[in-house]
Amino acid sequence: MNKRFKLIYKTSIIFLAVIATLMIGSIILLTINADIFKTYAVILTEPLKNKIQFTEVIIRSVPLAIIALGITVAYRSGTINIGAEGQMAMGILTSTAAALAFHSVPRPLNIVIIVTAGAIGGGIWGFIPGILKAKLQVSELLSTVMLNYIAAQFYTFFLRGPLIDPAELTMGSGTPQSMRLEKTVWLNRLIKGTRLHSGIFLVFVLAIVVYLVIWKTSFGYKLRAAGASKKAARYGGINVTFFIAISMVITGAFSGIAGSVEILGVHHRAIEGVTSGYGFSGLVVALFGGLHPAGIIPASFLFGLLIVGADMTQRMVGVPANMVQVLQGTIILVIVAAQQVLNDKYLMDKVWKKFHKEEV
Amino acid sequence: MDFIVNILALGIPFSVALLLASIGEMFNQRSGIFNLGCEGIMAMGAFIGLLVPYSVGKGGPTPEVFNFFGILAGAGVGALLGLFFGLVVITFKAKQGIAGIGMQMFCVGTAGTLFRHFVGGTQSVPGIDKLDIPFLADIPVLGPILFSHNILVYIAFLFVPLSVYILFKTPWGLRVRAVGTYPRAADSLGINVNRVRFQALAVGGALAGLAGAYLSLCQAKMYSDEMIAGRGFIAVALVYFGHWDPIKIMWGALLFSLAQSFQLAIQGQGINFPYEFAVMLPYVLVILTLAFSRDKKKQEPAALGVPFDREKRT
Repeated sequence: MNKRFKLIYKTSIIFLAVIATLMIGSIILLTINADIFKTYAVILTEPLKNKIQFTEVIIRSVPLAIIALGITVAYRSGTINIGAEGQMAMGILTSTAAALAFHSVPRPLNIVIIVTAGAIGGGIWGFIPGILKAKLQVSELLSTVMLNYIAAQFYTFFLRGPLIDPAELTMGSGTPQSMRLEKTVWLNRLIKGTRLHSGIFLVFVLAIVVYLVIWKTSFGYKLRAAGASKKAARYGGINVTFFIAISMVITGAFSGIAGSVEILGVHHRAIEGVTSGYGFSGLVVALFGGLHPAGIIPASFLFGLLIVGADMTQRMVGVPANMVQVLQGTIILVIVAAQQVLNDKYLMDKVWKKFHKEEV
Repeated sequence: MDFIVNILALGIPFSVALLLASIGEMFNQRSGIFNLGCEGIMAMGAFIGLLVPYSVGKGGPTPEVFNFFGILAGAGVGALLGLFFGLVVITFKAKQGIAGIGMQMFCVGTAGTLFRHFVGGTQSVPGIDKLDIPFLADIPVLGPILFSHNILVYIAFLFVPLSVYILFKTPWGLRVRAVGTYPRAADSLGINVNRVRFQALAVGGALAGLAGAYLSLCQAKMYSDEMIAGRGFIAVALVYFGHWDPIKIMWGALLFSLAQSFQLAIQGQGINFPYEFAVMLPYVLVILTLAFSRDKKKQEPAALGVPFDREKRT
């Protein structure tokens, strides 16, 4: 088997995977009588055509990238965190509470406190499934999903009760939202007239940190070893339980940070619907980005594009925005199926022999 | 007394969706497939189940029979989606946990997209009403609890003994258990492992679709994106809770739905307890039962989550 064959084999599988994704999406589009090519064209190009839409894409990709980086850490240690949605909600609650509690603190310190509070809130919410998995073998898939529903209820409880804007109660309509945060903690807007904020720099910092910690330290090595083979890692003297728990705390903290950045940069207060599916989309970004920071940053941009684009299809071609969920689900299914085929050396060997019968 | 009767009379129909979906999931897991897409299949079943009578009647009166066509269509779509999941995890041998999440997103997204196109906004349908069994329904206490439900409640509870019979007394049940426990041995006896797994996925998917159609046609009498509300995931957890045994699963489903109806009854009584915490209750209960149901490892189907490849050593 030569290198050229391997390359052709792998690219053709990836090509087939892309075709399969588009085909499955097209079947759904056909069912609702939509113009397939126009829909895809609108999703992929329309948001890039003007400045505001373009920055909106980047704004969406910031929390996606942060969450995906966190999910990568968990995935590398052998746990699948699908609780980012709930962890993000808890992070928003704690960082909003911190922002409202501290007043006369200098700006840089205050922002650090708020983001740390978000990380702690999300981290605690990640610790619960982590410790349950490590100590009691509770499937983290189920416990994180349940914690998502619980967090959603906590979130509305706090926004309707303890954290509600007093002005909403006295003269407003009682909309469940917190008080507006002070201007001093808002993240800077980078381009006038858009919502693009300086949180984007944090993405690059966190990406580098994740890369260095996971691939260049012994901590990261042990974490990946625990994920690659539990038995071998344990035999090698690695405390697998610890790494499972800590990796879930890290993903939770990242989701919490994503929540506080979203609050400080975009909304400036906790409102309903901030998390809006970022948790699950973050999982798709992490998988699509090959579970590596260098892949996640472009992937987060692509999925930000998908989210903004899907909003536009609703207006322009009458395709419901739920289509983005269809595509995301399809992408997960196709990626996990293709991964297995790509890694199957035996299958590759078979295909090789089929094409080179005369040589063998 | 009325209070307790109310909780029980509400709790039993609530348990049906959980019961059907978790029995379906039990067939999947007994055959060695962990299907986390159950939630999504339920959403599709709920949507298709509603679409059939809705598109016939356009919101107006519909002949009763179309409701039952809706139920059947929901089950049919569920079976097809189960087979689609099989294509991903059996044919392509994808990792089952993460594939299940993909399946869930795909199905919920598809149901939402199609719903907005074919139905539009929130639409209620007449649905299937409850059926008082003559004479028996008039018995005090027992009447409202046991004999005053819609027909699907009784059918659902019939599935419990039926699935015990299928699983433990028929050749097909034996095959399902064999491919989920020791696929290599089953294969050496000439059982087509992957075919049995596909069959189990179709059965499980059909039951999940049926559960969804029950929710939209009998319980809520409408469809919305959030209507499944994690019931599919709870159903998967119930299979663990019930140790892969239909009867224990039934008790689990009843326990959870009673918790739910208890929560509703408390609110009805006007007791001052935050609404959000009451809604949380079943989800907290799931985590607690998962954490404290002991020796679950022993009874888990040995080959759960492991794809079978006869050309590879295991």
